[in-house]
Amino acid sequence: MKGANLGEFEELVLLTIASLASDAYSVAICDELEKYTGRTAKLGVVHSVLNRLEEKGLAKSRLGEATSARGGKRKRFYEVSHTGKVALMKAKEVRENIWRNIPGFNLEGSI
Amino acid sequence: MKQKTEAKPPRWATRFLHWYCRPRLLEDLEGDLNEYFDRNVARKGVKKARLIYVLDVIKFLRPYTIRKIDFFHLFIHWIMIGSYFKTSRRSLVRNKLFSLINIIGLAVSMSVGLLVISIVNDLYSYDDFQEKKDRTYRVNTKTVEKGNSSELKLASTSIQVGEKIKEIIPAIEDVTILRPGFWGDAKVGDAKVGDAKFPMAATWADNSFLKVFSFPLIKGDAATALKEPYSLVLTEKTAEKLFGASDPIGKTVQFDTTSYIVTGVAQDVAKLSHLTFGALISLASLDAGHKNADLHSWANIWQNYVYVTFPEKTDISKHQAVLDRLSKQENKNLTARTVFVSLQPLKDIVLGGPLSNNIGPAFTPAVMWTLCGLAIVIILSACFNYTNLSVARSLRRSREVGIRKIIGAHRSHVLGQFMAESVIIALLALVFSFALFWVLREQFLGLDNHVGDIFSLDISFRNILYFILLAIATGLAAGFMPALFFSKMNALQVMKDVSNLKLFRRVGMRKVLIVIQFTLSLIFIAGTLIGYNQYKGLITFDLGFKTENIINIKLKGNKGAVVAKEIAQIPAVQDFSQSMMITSLGSTHGTNLTYGTDSTLVWMNMVDEYYLPLHQHKLLAGHNFRLKPEKGKESEIIVNQQVLKRFNIAKQNPEKALGEIVSVAGQKMTIVGVLKDFHYGSLENKIEPVMFRYLAEPATYLNVKIASKDLPGTMASIKSAWKTVDKVHELEAKFYDEQIEETYAQFSLIVKIIGFIAFLAICIASLGLFGMVVFTTETKLKEISIRKVLGASETGLIYLLCRGFLVLMVISTFIALPLTYLFFDKVVLTKFPYHQPISLTEMLGGSLLVMLFAFLLIGSQTVKAARNNPAKVLKSE
Repeated sequence: MKGANLGEFEELVLLTIASLASDAYSVAICDELEKYTGRTAKLGVVHSVLNRLEEKGLAKSRLGEATSARGGKRKRFYEVSHTGKVALMKAKEVRENIWRNIPGFNLEGSI
Repeated sequence: MKQKTEAKPPRWATRFLHWYCRPRLLEDLEGDLNEYFDRNVARKGVKKARLIYVLDVIKFLRPYTIRKIDFFHLFIHWIMIGSYFKTSRRSLVRNKLFSLINIIGLAVSMSVGLLVISIVNDLYSYDDFQEKKDRTYRVNTKTVEKGNSSELKLASTSIQVGEKIKEIIPAIEDVTILRPGFWGDAKVGDAKVGDAKFPMAATWADNSFLKVFSFPLIKGDAATALKEPYSLVLTEKTAEKLFGASDPIGKTVQFDTTSYIVTGVAQDVAKLSHLTFGALISLASLDAGHKNADLHSWANIWQNYVYVTFPEKTDISKHQAVLDRLSKQENKNLTARTVFVSLQPLKDIVLGGPLSNNIGPAFTPAVMWTLCGLAIVIILSACFNYTNLSVARSLRRSREVGIRKIIGAHRSHVLGQFMAESVIIALLALVFSFALFWVLREQFLGLDNHVGDIFSLDISFRNILYFILLAIATGLAAGFMPALFFSKMNALQVMKDVSNLKLFRRVGMRKVLIVIQFTLSLIFIAGTLIGYNQYKGLITFDLGFKTENIINIKLKGNKGAVVAKEIAQIPAVQDFSQSMMITSLGSTHGTNLTYGTDSTLVWMNMVDEYYLPLHQHKLLAGHNFRLKPEKGKESEIIVNQQVLKRFNIAKQNPEKALGEIVSVAGQKMTIVGVLKDFHYGSLENKIEPVMFRYLAEPATYLNVKIASKDLPGTMASIKSAWKTVDKVHELEAKFYDEQIEETYAQFSLIVKIIGFIAFLAICIASLGLFGMVVFTTETKLKEISIRKVLGASETGLIYLLCRGFLVLMVISTFIALPLTYLFFDKVVLTKFPYHQPISLTEMLGGSLLVMLFAFLLIGSQTVKAARNNPAKVLKSE
């Protein structure tokens, strides 16, 4: 196991879950991701990532109420677990640390 | 918008998703797919949305979504198998009658299945001992005569093809040419055996014969054994016959004036070989004296066989074009016919359907599949019994199932239990059916002279494996419906109140199964009776001449007059005649007859002046042969009415046709007599033009008319008379009537087989019916008793119980009889121009018999039930 380390796409999905708050279910996550990144997020890919996040304990899920939409099938809502929050914070920290050590002109010059 | 509410994703895809997806993920996943589907319907239309849905369902087939195989549940089956055994055994022993019905039915039906399996296995293992079986091919020939539209397919071909094929197709590894048909009296120049002669047949074969085919030599060198002219390779059996125990290698065998040297001894030919021989003669012997050009011509395609081997993994399809080119080129030199050759794999020869001039047995796959179909029908019929009885008696087992379910058995466990039970019963039945198969096998091999030659029906490991597979498949087929029924049972309902169980819910299905069983039985029995009647009609048909008490003796090179003189000593012998061939047995012999400028092939027999009166042929006009000319000086000919009709001689007036001149084989002949039409060929063909010529050359057959009541005794005296004339050859004499029966032996074979199947089908169906009647009367015993107490009469009760079953019988009769009639009238009998009409008695006779039998079965049980003392039955409640 890679442990609690986050992959790039995993991080994005987890962040999206957090941003969607109480409305985070697979289709909505896909739509949000598309909005943020501009690239199409395939349901199958997102679904498997959600499953993996839950397996790693980074996200929790519960089934919602049944509605007449979706052929009467319930949605599975996701939220970020405590470990997930820690992992997100840690990832952010790592990045910021690195950013901090980059002299500004160097990077701009390279672009 | 309307479209959106109506559109639904494809159901099968959803079902597929339900099947593979883990239950935990399923609902959410399905919901997501539905949401996307609705979206796509709005954006892209229904069709596209459905397609995307299907693709998505397939895309979601990932390791994490797939349901885990429930090893635990599978494992439980293994743990429980002991328990299944125990409960199966208990239920078998408890219901002895029903177990017996099931086991007998399955055993009887499966024995037929075993027989068919060994037959099919035999057919497929033909020539298996040939090491190059997969890459050996035979050259077959197709020929069309000029002015004749139908093409003739031959297994034989010309020697020339064998000589040229390797040149034009260099990929060929080896070619061998063989030519059966050598006949002669072998004289062994050995002092020990003396001057005795042995009649024997042999096959000419060239030197690569032993290379292409795996017929190992015990003695001699296979590489050179058939190289030199006048070399002879004997099989063990022939060598034993000619030389006894002494070593035959290097010894000479004389046929007439030619001596052959034995160069090898081969193992006896295996039974399952399409090629058989008693001795091989080197093909070079044919050309040894002088080269016979006609033998090597392209059109000489009647008696030679060419086999080739290719290296492994060769695609032979591309070589056909080369052969076609050769055929076209050679056909330019032919005037009378065209000849085309093609390759046939050795492994397809036995199942390749009949070809003219074929060697070895040949079957059309259709015959084989029909046999398989018949076996399957019989086995299914027995399975129906099992299904019917098990479902009907579900009441008895429902508590057991209920308790199992409450303790925690899954549906799949109950399903497994009942499937296992039926498989156990089928395997038990297999033991009995194997014993039955042993009896059947002997009967089958003895059915007909040929059957025993073609099949060995030996038990091999492969066969046993198939037998067990058949039993398992039968068990599964039989147990499927009951198992499904039991597994669907609601445990709570069963435990609370058994009477709640809808016992007669599947009555419809049961009735349908009974009707199917009886319809099949009736079809078979009506088919048997019609077939038997037709067969009887064929062998007693009025052929247009008399065949009673005539013995045909094959002369085998002896002078007819000499044999006749010896036989004439026997008092029972009345009359003799001699002929070239025996008519009405299916074989034909024809030559061209020319009248004016018109010429056509006319069937012919050459006879002496006693033949026509002896067979009581009717002359419409003219007289019998009067001149007794020598060979080449014949001038008289007798024809039948069809000849007059075909050539329109004298406006078909027999009297006026006399004296007309026709030409046969370049000889001018005068019509001296006109015969009433008679059957020259077999009854499968219409009457065709036939001529009789005077027999100026030595006869092939001696026809002896006898007047004895003691037919076997006369035959024995003829045999001893023959011995005084010919010491070398066995007597070959047969009654004409018996020969006619042999001609139609295949039909009697078919009738016997169908009759046997009919017998089995009726037995099995009756067993099942009996079981159902016993069950119904048992369950209705209380009802009957109450009715009786209330004043119902016995006959009324019997009628009440029988009615349901009788209706089923009548329905099957109404389905079966018209079907059979149409099948025979429109399909089978159209092939026989001289068939008997289908009579009502043979249609109804069989059904009445079956109905009577069924009625007895039903009646015996219902009478028993109706006569019960109601007080006794009701008291025990």
